[in-house]
Amino acid sequence: MTSTRSAVLFALALLAPALIYILIIVAYPLFDTVVLSFTNAALRPTYDFVGWANYERIFGAGNFTEVILRTFIWTFFSVVLKMVIGTLGATLLNAAIPGQTVFRILTMPPWIVPMAIGIFMWGWMYNGQFGMISGLLQNFGIISKPWPILAFGDSAFWATIITDVWIGVPMVTIYMLAAMQSIPKDLYEASWTDGAGRFYRFRRITLPLLVPALLTMSLLSLIATFNSFDIIWILTQGGPSGSTTTMIIDTYKTAIGSRKYGEGAARAVVICIFVSLFCLVYFRAVRKLAQGEAK
Amino acid sequence: MIDRYKWYEVALMYLGMAVFLFFILAPFIEGFLVSLKPLSQLFSTPYSFIPKNGSFDSYFKMWTSVPMLGLYIFNSFFISTVVTIIVVAVVVPAAYAFARFNFAGAGLMLGGFLAVNMFSGAVLLIPLFRLMRQFGLLNTYWAMIVPGAAFLIPSSIWLLRTYILRIPRELDEAAWVDGASRLYTLRRVILPLAMPGIVVISIMTFIGAYAQQFIFALTFNSRSEFMPLPIGLFAFFGKQEVQWNELMAASFVGILPVMIVIVFLQRYLVAGLTAGAVKQ
Repeated sequence: MTSTRSAVLFALALLAPALIYILIIVAYPLFDTVVLSFTNAALRPTYDFVGWANYERIFGAGNFTEVILRTFIWTFFSVVLKMVIGTLGATLLNAAIPGQTVFRILTMPPWIVPMAIGIFMWGWMYNGQFGMISGLLQNFGIISKPWPILAFGDSAFWATIITDVWIGVPMVTIYMLAAMQSIPKDLYEASWTDGAGRFYRFRRITLPLLVPALLTMSLLSLIATFNSFDIIWILTQGGPSGSTTTMIIDTYKTAIGSRKYGEGAARAVVICIFVSLFCLVYFRAVRKLAQGEAK
Repeated sequence: MIDRYKWYEVALMYLGMAVFLFFILAPFIEGFLVSLKPLSQLFSTPYSFIPKNGSFDSYFKMWTSVPMLGLYIFNSFFISTVVTIIVVAVVVPAAYAFARFNFAGAGLMLGGFLAVNMFSGAVLLIPLFRLMRQFGLLNTYWAMIVPGAAFLIPSSIWLLRTYILRIPRELDEAAWVDGASRLYTLRRVILPLAMPGIVVISIMTFIGAYAQQFIFALTFNSRSEFMPLPIGLFAFFGKQEVQWNELMAASFVGILPVMIVIVFLQRYLVAGLTAGAVKQ
Protein backbone atom coordinates (compact mmCIF):
# COMPACT_ATOMS: atom_id res chain seq x y z
CA MET A 1 0.00 0.00 0.00
CA THR A 2 2.87 2.33 0.71
CA SER A 3 4.48 2.55 -2.68
CA THR A 4 1.51 3.39 -4.90
CA ARG A 5 1.52 6.69 -6.70
CA SER A 6 -1.46 8.05 -4.85
CA ALA A 7 0.10 7.10 -1.52
CA VAL A 8 3.26 9.00 -2.37
CA LEU A 9 1.24 12.02 -3.47
CA PHE A 10 -0.73 11.87 -0.21
CA ALA A 11 2.48 11.71 1.82
CA LEU A 12 3.95 14.65 -0.06
CA ALA A 13 0.79 16.66 0.49
CA LEU A 14 1.09 15.99 4.24
CA LEU A 15 4.72 17.03 4.16
CA ALA A 16 4.25 20.13 2.03
CA PRO A 17 3.48 22.65 4.80
CA ALA A 18 6.51 21.67 6.90
CA LEU A 19 8.74 21.51 3.87
CA ILE A 20 7.69 24.87 2.45
CA TYR A 21 7.93 26.51 5.85
CA ILE A 22 11.48 25.32 6.46
CA LEU A 23 12.57 26.08 2.90
CA ILE A 24 11.43 29.70 3.20
CA ILE A 25 12.41 30.44 6.79
CA VAL A 26 15.59 28.36 7.17
CA ALA A 27 16.96 27.06 3.86
CA TYR A 28 16.56 30.24 1.86
CA PRO A 29 18.10 32.44 4.59
CA LEU A 30 21.00 30.02 4.82
CA PHE A 31 21.55 30.35 1.08
CA ASP A 32 21.11 34.12 1.35
CA THR A 33 23.77 34.27 4.09
CA VAL A 34 26.28 32.64 1.79
CA VAL A 35 25.38 34.98 -1.08
CA LEU A 36 25.48 38.08 1.14
CA SER A 37 28.88 37.09 2.48
CA PHE A 38 30.29 37.84 -0.98
CA THR A 39 28.70 41.29 -1.19
CA ASN A 40 29.18 44.68 0.40
CA ALA A 41 25.55 44.77 1.54
CA ALA A 42 24.82 47.31 4.27
CA LEU A 43 21.88 49.47 5.22
CA ARG A 44 21.47 50.93 1.71
CA PRO A 45 19.16 48.98 -0.60
CA THR A 46 21.69 48.12 -3.35
CA TYR A 47 24.94 46.24 -3.11
CA ASP A 48 27.70 44.74 -5.27
CA PHE A 49 29.52 41.46 -5.29
CA VAL A 50 32.98 41.85 -3.87
CA GLY A 51 34.38 38.32 -4.10
CA TRP A 52 36.36 37.14 -1.09
CA ALA A 53 36.89 40.68 0.23
CA ASN A 54 34.79 40.17 3.38
CA TYR A 55 36.63 36.99 4.29
CA GLU A 56 40.00 38.60 3.61
CA ARG A 57 39.02 41.54 5.78
CA ILE A 58 37.77 39.56 8.78
CA PHE A 59 40.69 37.14 8.79
CA GLY A 60 43.16 39.92 8.08
CA ALA A 61 41.95 42.03 10.99
CA GLY A 62 43.60 39.75 13.55
CA ASN A 63 40.99 40.06 16.24
CA PHE A 64 38.70 37.61 14.43
CA THR A 65 41.08 34.70 14.99
CA GLU A 66 41.21 35.81 18.60
CA VAL A 67 37.40 35.71 18.74
CA ILE A 68 37.40 32.20 17.23
CA LEU A 69 39.93 31.01 19.79
CA ARG A 70 37.95 32.56 22.63
CA THR A 71 34.74 30.95 21.36
CA PHE A 72 36.39 27.54 21.39
CA ILE A 73 37.76 27.97 24.92
CA TRP A 74 34.41 29.30 26.15
CA THR A 75 32.52 26.44 24.47
CA PHE A 76 34.99 23.79 25.65
CA PHE A 77 34.75 24.65 29.33
CA SER A 78 31.00 25.15 29.20
CA VAL A 79 30.32 21.80 27.50
CA VAL A 80 32.74 19.84 29.71
CA LEU A 81 31.23 21.32 32.87
CA LYS A 82 27.68 20.67 31.63
CA MET A 83 28.46 17.06 30.81
CA VAL A 84 30.28 16.36 34.08
CA ILE A 85 27.76 18.08 36.36
CA GLY A 86 24.79 16.75 34.36
CA THR A 87 26.04 13.15 34.39
CA LEU A 88 26.87 13.29 38.10
CA GLY A 89 23.43 14.77 38.74
CA ALA A 90 21.81 11.98 36.72
CA THR A 91 23.76 9.37 38.69
CA LEU A 92 22.42 10.84 41.93
CA LEU A 93 18.89 11.01 40.52
CA ASN A 94 19.19 7.39 39.42
CA ALA A 95 20.15 6.13 42.89
CA ALA A 96 17.36 4.48 44.86
CA ILE A 97 17.03 7.05 47.62
CA PRO A 98 13.68 8.48 48.76
CA GLY A 99 12.55 11.84 47.39
CA GLN A 100 13.69 11.32 43.81
CA THR A 101 10.47 12.59 42.19
CA VAL A 102 10.81 15.91 44.01
CA PHE A 103 14.50 16.15 43.12
CA ARG A 104 13.71 15.51 39.47
CA ILE A 105 11.15 18.31 39.37
CA LEU A 106 13.53 20.66 41.17
CA THR A 107 16.21 19.99 38.55
CA MET A 108 14.16 21.37 35.69
CA PRO A 109 13.57 25.10 36.35
CA PRO A 110 16.58 26.51 34.47
CA TRP A 111 15.43 24.66 31.38
CA ILE A 112 11.74 25.51 31.73
CA VAL A 113 11.96 29.14 32.74
CA PRO A 114 12.32 31.62 29.88
CA MET A 115 16.07 31.79 29.44
CA ALA A 116 16.28 35.57 29.65
CA ILE A 117 14.59 35.67 33.04
CA GLY A 118 16.98 33.13 34.54
CA ILE A 119 19.83 35.24 33.19
CA PHE A 120 18.41 38.41 34.80
CA MET A 121 18.60 36.62 38.13
CA TRP A 122 22.24 35.71 37.52
CA GLY A 123 22.89 39.31 36.55
CA TRP A 124 21.68 40.34 39.96
CA MET A 125 23.76 37.68 41.74
CA TYR A 126 26.88 38.93 39.92
CA ASN A 127 26.15 42.56 40.84
CA GLY A 128 29.25 43.93 42.55
CA GLN A 129 27.60 46.38 44.91
CA PHE A 130 24.64 44.43 46.17
CA GLY A 131 24.69 40.98 44.62
CA MET A 132 24.66 37.71 46.53
CA ILE A 133 28.08 36.38 45.49
CA SER A 134 30.02 39.53 46.24
CA GLY A 135 27.88 40.18 49.32
CA LEU A 136 28.38 36.75 50.87
CA LEU A 137 32.11 36.74 50.11
CA GLN A 138 32.39 40.08 51.89
CA ASN A 139 30.31 38.95 54.85
CA PHE A 140 32.57 35.95 55.30
CA GLY A 141 35.60 38.19 55.00
CA ILE A 142 36.97 36.43 51.93
CA ILE A 143 37.14 39.68 49.99
CA SER A 144 37.39 43.10 51.56
CA LYS A 145 35.64 45.31 49.02
CA PRO A 146 32.75 44.87 46.55
CA TRP A 147 33.59 42.64 43.60
CA PRO A 148 31.83 43.69 40.37
CA ILE A 149 32.19 40.29 38.73
CA LEU A 150 30.98 41.36 35.30
CA ALA A 151 33.26 44.40 35.17
CA PHE A 152 36.51 42.45 34.92
CA GLY A 153 37.44 40.45 31.83
CA ASP A 154 38.46 37.21 33.55
CA SER A 155 35.63 36.98 36.03
CA ALA A 156 33.08 38.05 33.39
CA PHE A 157 34.34 35.29 31.08
CA TRP A 158 33.83 32.64 33.77
CA ALA A 159 30.58 34.16 34.96
CA THR A 160 29.05 33.79 31.49
CA ILE A 161 30.31 30.20 31.32
CA ILE A 162 28.77 29.34 34.69
CA THR A 163 25.41 30.77 33.66
CA ASP A 164 25.57 28.83 30.40
CA VAL A 165 26.33 25.64 32.33
CA TRP A 166 23.42 26.36 34.64
CA ILE A 167 21.02 26.63 31.71
CA GLY A 168 22.34 23.49 30.01
CA VAL A 169 22.64 21.16 33.01
CA PRO A 170 18.94 20.16 33.36
CA MET A 171 18.78 18.95 29.76
CA VAL A 172 21.95 16.88 30.16
CA THR A 173 20.77 15.51 33.50
CA ILE A 174 17.36 14.38 32.26
CA TYR A 175 18.78 12.93 29.07
CA MET A 176 21.53 11.03 30.87
CA LEU A 177 19.03 9.84 33.46
CA ALA A 178 16.83 8.47 30.68
CA ALA A 179 19.87 6.74 29.18
CA MET A 180 20.81 5.20 32.54
CA GLN A 181 17.30 3.92 33.11
CA SER A 182 17.23 2.25 29.72
CA ILE A 183 20.11 -0.04 30.75
CA PRO A 184 18.60 -3.47 31.46
CA LYS A 185 18.46 -4.22 35.21
CA ASP A 186 19.44 -7.88 34.82
CA LEU A 187 22.92 -6.83 33.67
CA TYR A 188 23.49 -5.39 37.12
CA GLU A 189 21.89 -8.32 38.88
CA ALA A 190 24.08 -10.80 37.01
CA SER A 191 27.27 -9.00 37.90
CA TRP A 192 26.11 -8.56 41.49
CA THR A 193 25.64 -12.29 41.80
CA ASP A 194 29.18 -12.63 40.49
CA GLY A 195 30.28 -10.53 43.44
CA ALA A 196 31.25 -7.35 41.56
CA GLY A 197 31.38 -4.13 43.59
CA ARG A 198 29.29 -1.07 42.91
CA PHE A 199 32.14 0.98 41.50
CA TYR A 200 33.22 -1.92 39.29
CA ARG A 201 29.68 -2.21 37.92
CA PHE A 202 29.58 1.52 37.20
CA ARG A 203 32.87 1.37 35.33
CA ARG A 204 32.24 -1.85 33.43
CA ILE A 205 28.49 -1.72 32.75
CA THR A 206 27.08 1.78 33.17
CA LEU A 207 29.82 3.84 31.55
CA PRO A 208 30.36 1.75 28.40
CA LEU A 209 26.62 1.58 27.75
CA LEU A 210 26.33 5.33 28.24
CA VAL A 211 28.89 6.17 25.55
CA PRO A 212 26.36 6.68 22.72
CA ALA A 213 24.18 8.92 24.89
CA LEU A 214 27.22 10.85 26.10
CA LEU A 215 28.32 11.38 22.50
CA THR A 216 24.89 12.56 21.36
CA MET A 217 24.40 14.86 24.31
CA SER A 218 27.90 16.31 23.94
CA LEU A 219 27.18 17.16 20.33
CA LEU A 220 23.80 18.70 21.11
CA SER A 221 25.22 20.83 23.89
CA LEU A 222 28.28 21.67 21.80
CA ILE A 223 26.04 23.14 19.10
CA ALA A 224 23.80 24.93 21.58
CA THR A 225 26.79 26.37 23.44
CA PHE A 226 28.60 27.42 20.29
CA ASN A 227 25.45 29.29 19.22
CA SER A 228 24.74 30.71 22.67
CA PHE A 229 23.69 34.34 22.42
CA ASP A 230 21.22 35.41 25.12
CA ILE A 231 23.43 34.77 28.13
CA ILE A 232 26.37 36.84 27.00
CA TRP A 233 24.23 39.55 25.48
CA ILE A 234 22.17 40.07 28.62
CA LEU A 235 25.06 39.81 31.07
CA THR A 236 27.88 41.64 29.30
CA GLN A 237 27.01 42.34 25.65
CA GLY A 238 30.44 40.89 24.82
CA GLY A 239 32.36 43.15 27.20
CA PRO A 240 34.24 44.26 29.17
CA SER A 241 36.57 45.23 26.31
CA GLY A 242 35.69 42.17 24.26
CA SER A 243 36.54 39.57 26.90
CA THR A 244 33.24 37.72 26.39
CA THR A 245 32.84 38.38 22.66
CA THR A 246 32.23 35.00 21.06
CA MET A 247 31.63 34.45 17.35
CA ILE A 248 27.87 34.79 17.67
CA ILE A 249 28.16 38.04 19.62
CA ASP A 250 30.74 39.30 17.14
CA THR A 251 28.44 38.45 14.22
CA TYR A 252 25.48 40.15 15.86
CA LYS A 253 27.47 43.30 16.57
CA THR A 254 28.79 43.48 13.01
CA ALA A 255 25.53 42.67 11.26
CA ILE A 256 22.81 44.16 13.41
CA GLY A 257 24.80 46.65 15.49
CA SER A 258 26.90 48.18 12.72
CA ARG A 259 24.58 47.20 9.83
CA LYS A 260 27.46 45.59 7.91
CA TYR A 261 25.37 42.77 6.46
CA GLY A 262 28.01 41.46 4.08
CA GLU A 263 30.75 41.24 6.67
CA GLY A 264 28.34 39.87 9.24
CA ALA A 265 27.22 37.19 6.80
CA ALA A 266 30.83 36.14 6.22
CA ARG A 267 31.22 35.66 9.98
CA ALA A 268 27.96 33.68 10.06
CA VAL A 269 29.23 31.42 7.28
CA VAL A 270 32.37 30.67 9.30
CA ILE A 271 30.15 29.68 12.23
CA CYS A 272 28.10 27.38 9.98
CA ILE A 273 31.27 25.72 8.68
CA PHE A 274 32.46 25.01 12.22
CA VAL A 275 29.08 23.60 13.26
CA SER A 276 28.99 21.36 10.19
CA LEU A 277 32.45 20.08 11.06
CA PHE A 278 31.30 19.19 14.58
CA CYS A 279 28.43 17.17 13.13
CA LEU A 280 30.71 15.42 10.67
CA VAL A 281 33.06 14.35 13.45
CA TYR A 282 30.07 13.16 15.47
CA PHE A 283 28.65 11.01 12.70
CA ARG A 284 32.09 9.50 12.11
CA ALA A 285 32.29 8.62 15.80
CA VAL A 286 28.81 7.09 15.82
CA ARG A 287 29.57 4.99 12.75
CA LYS A 288 32.81 3.75 14.29
CA LEU A 289 30.93 2.88 17.45
CA ALA A 290 28.29 0.94 15.47
CA GLN A 291 31.00 -0.97 13.60
CA GLY A 292 32.71 -1.80 16.87
CA GLU A 293 29.49 -3.29 18.16
CA ALA A 294 28.95 -5.33 15.01
CA LYS A 295 32.31 -7.07 15.41
CA MET B 1 17.02 -3.37 45.02
CA ILE B 2 19.85 -5.75 44.60
CA ASP B 3 22.06 -4.34 47.31
CA ARG B 4 21.45 -1.79 50.01
CA TYR B 5 23.35 1.43 50.43
CA LYS B 6 25.25 1.92 53.65
CA TRP B 7 24.10 4.82 55.78
CA TYR B 8 27.10 7.02 54.96
CA GLU B 9 26.59 6.39 51.25
CA VAL B 10 23.03 7.61 51.54
CA ALA B 11 24.18 10.63 53.53
CA LEU B 12 26.81 11.38 50.90
CA MET B 13 24.23 11.15 48.14
CA TYR B 14 21.88 13.53 49.88
CA LEU B 15 24.76 15.91 50.40
CA GLY B 16 25.62 15.69 46.69
CA MET B 17 21.97 16.23 45.85
CA ALA B 18 21.85 19.30 48.09
CA VAL B 19 24.92 20.83 46.44
CA PHE B 20 23.53 20.03 42.98
CA LEU B 21 20.12 21.51 43.75
CA PHE B 22 21.67 24.56 45.37
CA PHE B 23 23.52 25.32 42.13
CA ILE B 24 20.27 24.88 40.18
CA LEU B 25 18.03 26.82 42.54
CA ALA B 26 20.29 29.55 43.95
CA PRO B 27 19.29 32.22 41.40
CA PHE B 28 15.60 31.53 42.04
CA ILE B 29 15.97 31.56 45.81
CA GLU B 30 17.98 34.77 45.68
CA GLY B 31 15.58 36.30 43.14
CA PHE B 32 12.61 35.45 45.29
CA LEU B 33 14.21 36.80 48.48
CA VAL B 34 15.12 40.00 46.65
CA SER B 35 11.53 40.40 45.53
CA LEU B 36 10.50 40.38 49.21
CA LYS B 37 13.03 42.95 50.35
CA PRO B 38 12.22 46.64 50.58
CA LEU B 39 14.38 48.71 48.24
CA SER B 40 16.30 50.38 51.08
CA GLN B 41 17.51 47.00 52.30
CA LEU B 42 18.78 45.99 48.87
CA PHE B 43 21.30 48.77 48.82
CA SER B 44 22.53 48.52 52.39
CA THR B 45 25.66 46.83 53.70
CA PRO B 46 26.45 44.33 55.04
CA TYR B 47 24.65 42.09 52.62
CA SER B 48 21.90 40.01 54.15
CA PHE B 49 20.58 36.91 52.48
CA ILE B 50 17.33 36.76 54.44
CA PRO B 51 14.99 39.74 54.08
CA LYS B 52 14.30 41.74 57.24
CA ASN B 53 10.63 42.71 57.54
CA GLY B 54 10.05 41.31 54.05
CA SER B 55 6.74 41.82 52.34
CA PHE B 56 4.95 41.23 49.07
CA ASP B 57 4.84 44.98 48.38
CA SER B 58 6.86 44.67 45.16
CA TYR B 59 4.24 42.37 43.74
CA PHE B 60 1.69 45.17 43.98
CA LYS B 61 3.92 48.13 43.19
CA MET B 62 5.46 46.64 40.06
CA TRP B 63 2.22 47.01 38.08
CA THR B 64 2.52 50.77 38.35
CA SER B 65 6.31 51.04 37.96
CA VAL B 66 6.28 48.82 34.87
CA PRO B 67 3.06 50.11 33.33
CA MET B 68 3.05 47.63 30.43
CA LEU B 69 3.89 44.56 32.50
CA GLY B 70 0.47 42.99 32.00
CA LEU B 71 0.75 43.45 28.26
CA TYR B 72 4.27 41.94 28.19
CA ILE B 73 3.03 38.85 29.98
CA PHE B 74 0.04 38.61 27.65
CA ASN B 75 2.34 39.04 24.62
CA SER B 76 4.61 36.23 25.80
CA PHE B 77 1.71 33.86 26.20
CA PHE B 78 0.10 34.93 22.96
CA ILE B 79 3.29 34.48 20.92
CA SER B 80 4.02 31.07 22.47
CA THR B 81 0.45 29.91 21.94
CA VAL B 82 0.38 30.87 18.25
CA VAL B 83 3.82 29.31 17.71
CA THR B 84 2.56 26.09 19.31
CA ILE B 85 -0.55 26.01 17.13
CA ILE B 86 1.50 26.51 13.97
CA VAL B 87 4.07 23.90 14.95
CA VAL B 88 1.48 21.27 15.83
CA ALA B 89 -0.52 21.93 12.65
CA VAL B 90 2.57 21.54 10.49
CA VAL B 91 4.25 18.72 12.40
CA VAL B 92 1.39 16.23 12.86
CA PRO B 93 0.83 15.53 9.14
CA ALA B 94 4.57 15.59 8.41
CA ALA B 95 5.41 13.17 11.23
CA TYR B 96 2.64 10.83 10.03
CA ALA B 97 3.97 10.96 6.48
CA PHE B 98 7.50 10.11 7.64
CA ALA B 99 6.29 7.32 9.91
CA ARG B 100 4.02 5.53 7.47
CA PHE B 101 5.05 6.10 3.85
CA ASN B 102 8.14 5.11 1.91
CA PHE B 103 9.04 7.48 -0.85
CA ALA B 104 12.16 8.59 -2.64
CA GLY B 105 14.04 11.20 -0.66
CA ALA B 106 12.34 10.52 2.67
CA GLY B 107 15.63 9.83 4.42
CA LEU B 108 17.22 12.88 2.89
CA MET B 109 14.33 15.09 4.00
CA LEU B 110 14.46 13.70 7.54
CA GLY B 111 18.18 14.40 7.61
CA GLY B 112 17.52 17.88 6.30
CA PHE B 113 15.08 18.59 9.11
CA LEU B 114 17.64 17.33 11.61
CA ALA B 115 20.23 19.66 10.13
CA VAL B 116 18.01 22.66 10.86
CA ASN B 117 18.78 22.11 14.54
CA MET B 118 22.39 22.95 13.82
CA PHE B 119 21.66 26.52 12.85
CA SER B 120 20.54 28.94 15.46
CA GLY B 121 18.36 31.90 14.66
CA ALA B 122 21.32 34.09 15.57
CA VAL B 123 23.33 32.83 12.60
CA LEU B 124 20.52 33.47 10.12
CA LEU B 125 19.56 36.81 11.60
CA ILE B 126 20.63 39.00 8.65
CA PRO B 127 18.65 37.26 5.91
CA LEU B 128 15.74 36.71 8.30
CA PHE B 129 15.74 40.43 9.00
CA ARG B 130 15.63 41.12 5.26
CA LEU B 131 12.89 38.53 4.81
CA MET B 132 10.77 39.98 7.61
CA ARG B 133 11.23 43.45 6.17
CA GLN B 134 10.25 42.22 2.70
CA PHE B 135 7.07 40.62 4.05
CA GLY B 136 6.38 43.77 6.04
CA LEU B 137 6.38 41.81 9.30
CA LEU B 138 8.91 43.90 11.25
CA ASN B 139 7.39 45.32 14.42
CA THR B 140 4.47 42.92 14.48
CA TYR B 141 3.80 39.75 16.47
CA TRP B 142 4.53 37.75 13.32
CA ALA B 143 8.19 38.82 13.26
CA MET B 144 8.62 36.80 16.45
CA ILE B 145 6.12 34.03 15.67
CA VAL B 146 7.18 33.06 12.14
CA PRO B 147 10.92 32.50 12.71
CA GLY B 148 10.24 31.21 16.22
CA ALA B 149 8.10 28.35 14.90
CA ALA B 150 10.57 27.44 12.17
CA PHE B 151 13.31 26.43 14.59
CA LEU B 152 10.94 24.34 16.69
CA ILE B 153 9.40 22.30 13.85
CA PRO B 154 12.26 19.87 13.07
CA SER B 155 12.82 18.36 16.51
CA SER B 156 9.06 17.95 16.95
CA ILE B 157 8.81 16.08 13.65
CA TRP B 158 11.49 13.66 14.83
CA LEU B 159 9.89 13.17 18.20
CA LEU B 160 6.36 12.60 16.95
CA ARG B 161 7.55 10.35 14.14
CA THR B 162 9.23 8.09 16.71
CA TYR B 163 5.99 8.10 18.64
CA ILE B 164 3.80 7.18 15.67
CA LEU B 165 6.22 4.41 14.64
CA ARG B 166 5.29 2.67 17.89
CA ILE B 167 1.61 2.57 16.96
CA PRO B 168 0.98 -0.78 15.24
CA ARG B 169 0.75 -0.39 11.50
CA GLU B 170 -2.00 -3.05 11.36
CA LEU B 171 -4.40 -0.48 12.79
CA ASP B 172 -4.23 1.84 9.79
CA GLU B 173 -4.12 -1.09 7.40
CA ALA B 174 -7.32 -2.50 8.89
CA ALA B 175 -9.05 0.87 8.51
CA TRP B 176 -7.78 1.07 4.94
CA VAL B 177 -9.11 -2.41 4.16
CA ASP B 178 -12.48 -1.41 5.65
CA GLY B 179 -12.64 1.27 2.99
CA ALA B 180 -11.67 4.31 5.04
CA SER B 181 -9.93 7.06 3.09
CA ARG B 182 -6.35 7.93 4.02
CA LEU B 183 -7.33 11.23 5.55
CA TYR B 184 -10.08 9.55 7.55
CA THR B 185 -7.58 6.98 8.82
CA LEU B 186 -5.21 9.74 9.93
CA ARG B 187 -7.99 11.65 11.63
CA ARG B 188 -9.89 8.80 13.27
CA VAL B 189 -7.26 6.13 13.89
CA ILE B 190 -3.89 7.77 14.24
CA LEU B 191 -4.74 11.12 15.80
CA PRO B 192 -6.45 9.72 18.90
CA LEU B 193 -3.68 7.17 19.45
CA ALA B 194 -0.95 9.75 18.94
CA MET B 195 -2.53 12.22 21.36
CA PRO B 196 -0.04 11.70 24.21
CA GLY B 197 2.80 12.32 21.76
CA ILE B 198 1.08 15.43 20.46
CA VAL B 199 0.67 16.67 24.03
CA VAL B 200 4.40 16.23 24.61
CA ILE B 201 5.43 18.15 21.50
CA SER B 202 2.91 20.88 22.36
CA ILE B 203 4.37 21.40 25.83
CA MET B 204 7.93 21.30 24.58
CA THR B 205 7.12 23.74 21.79
CA PHE B 206 5.40 26.09 24.20
CA ILE B 207 8.37 26.07 26.57
CA GLY B 208 10.77 26.42 23.67
CA ALA B 209 8.83 29.33 22.21
CA TYR B 210 8.70 31.05 25.58
CA ALA B 211 12.43 30.48 26.11
CA GLN B 212 13.61 31.75 22.74
CA GLN B 213 11.70 35.02 22.92
CA PHE B 214 14.82 37.07 23.02
CA ILE B 215 16.90 37.42 19.91
CA PHE B 216 14.04 37.65 17.40
CA ALA B 217 12.20 40.10 19.60
CA LEU B 218 15.40 42.08 20.16
CA THR B 219 16.10 42.36 16.45
CA PHE B 220 12.76 42.34 14.63
CA ASN B 221 10.60 44.38 16.98
CA SER B 222 11.17 47.75 18.57
CA ARG B 223 7.60 48.58 19.54
CA SER B 224 6.85 48.12 23.20
CA GLU B 225 3.24 47.09 22.63
CA PHE B 226 4.41 43.87 20.97
CA MET B 227 7.28 43.09 23.34
CA PRO B 228 7.26 39.70 25.07
CA LEU B 229 8.11 39.63 28.77
CA PRO B 230 11.88 38.94 28.54
CA ILE B 231 12.51 41.84 26.17
CA GLY B 232 10.10 44.09 28.00
CA LEU B 233 12.01 43.49 31.22
CA PHE B 234 15.37 43.75 29.45
CA ALA B 235 14.39 47.15 28.08
CA PHE B 236 13.41 48.11 31.59
CA PHE B 237 16.79 46.89 32.87
CA GLY B 238 18.62 49.39 30.73
CA LYS B 239 17.15 52.30 32.61
CA GLN B 240 18.97 53.99 35.46
CA GLU B 241 16.40 53.69 38.20
CA VAL B 242 16.05 49.91 38.19
CA GLN B 243 13.85 48.71 41.03
CA TRP B 244 15.44 45.31 41.40
CA ASN B 245 12.97 43.98 43.89
CA GLU B 246 10.08 44.77 41.57
CA LEU B 247 11.95 43.41 38.59
CA MET B 248 12.42 40.09 40.38
CA ALA B 249 8.77 40.11 41.39
CA ALA B 250 7.79 40.67 37.75
CA SER B 251 10.06 37.83 36.66
CA PHE B 252 8.37 35.50 39.13
CA VAL B 253 4.87 36.41 38.06
CA GLY B 254 5.93 35.86 34.44
CA ILE B 255 7.35 32.39 35.05
CA LEU B 256 4.91 31.12 37.62
CA PRO B 257 2.31 29.77 35.16
CA VAL B 258 5.01 27.89 33.24
CA MET B 259 6.34 26.39 36.47
CA ILE B 260 2.90 25.22 37.53
CA VAL B 261 2.32 23.57 34.18
CA ILE B 262 5.64 21.75 34.53
CA VAL B 263 4.95 20.39 37.98
CA PHE B 264 1.80 18.79 36.64
CA LEU B 265 3.22 17.59 33.37
CA GLN B 266 6.77 16.57 34.29
CA ARG B 267 5.90 12.89 33.77
CA TYR B 268 5.05 13.54 30.12
CA LEU B 269 8.15 15.65 29.68
CA VAL B 270 10.55 13.01 30.90
CA ALA B 271 8.77 10.48 28.70
CA GLY B 272 9.06 12.86 25.77
CA LEU B 273 12.74 13.40 26.25
CA THR B 274 13.27 9.68 26.49
CA ALA B 275 11.44 9.14 23.21
CA GLY B 276 13.59 11.86 21.69
CA ALA B 277 16.65 9.94 22.80
CA VAL B 278 15.84 7.24 20.26
CA LYS B 279 16.48 9.67 17.41
CA GLN B 280 20.20 8.99 17.35
